[in-house]
Amino acid sequence: MKRFITTCLLLGGLLTSVLAYAAADLEINTPAITSIKSSMQARHGQLSSFYANGAVGFTRDGLVAVRDANAVPLAQRQNLNALVAAENNDRNALYKEIANANSHPEWESEVRSTFAQRWIQKAQGGWYYQDGGGWVKK
Amino acid sequence: MQITWKWVAPWLLVLALPACVTINIYFPAAAAEKAADRIIDDVWQLKEKTAPSTPAEEKDK
Repeated sequence: MKRFITTCLLLGGLLTSVLAYAAADLEINTPAITSIKSSMQARHGQLSSFYANGAVGFTRDGLVAVRDANAVPLAQRQNLNALVAAENNDRNALYKEIANANSHPEWESEVRSTFAQRWIQKAQGGWYYQDGGGWVKK
Repeated sequence: MQITWKWVAPWLLVLALPACVTINIYFPAAAAEKAADRIIDDVWQLKEKTAPSTPAEEKDK
């Protein structure tokens, strides 16, 4: 009976460790991810005013897009397009890196759609995002 | 009776191992959401970093 209890305890421990492994976080602390993050953080200062005035909105595929170029003075539009392109480069790289960092490159599209939802969820009121029908003001 | 239990243990192990593999194949949606939130908080600086703010709070006390 004693041996039975020991076996049960051992198995219980094993199963718990399996479950703990399942609940483990995704790896997001690689040098590549950190550098993409800091590049996006630096850009956010400029982008946030474009989010606020509706010039730029969030797409359903986890990227950003120019929504209303008229919200930006003509002189700044070149800058606006460059910012959006650079931000999308970083975002695409970020989703890919997260999938790679966790040894599952095929997870990229799921990482992307998770992010797409979370960006919109965390966006400030008044910012725009795309849903099935078009642009929506949050 | 003891023989029966001796057989149960290996079977449980056999059942537990594929569980590990299955977990790894399916996309961990909850963990991904948590990871996304942490990255977005960092990029948008939605949450003040706790490290610098904690000593300041302690000073106030």
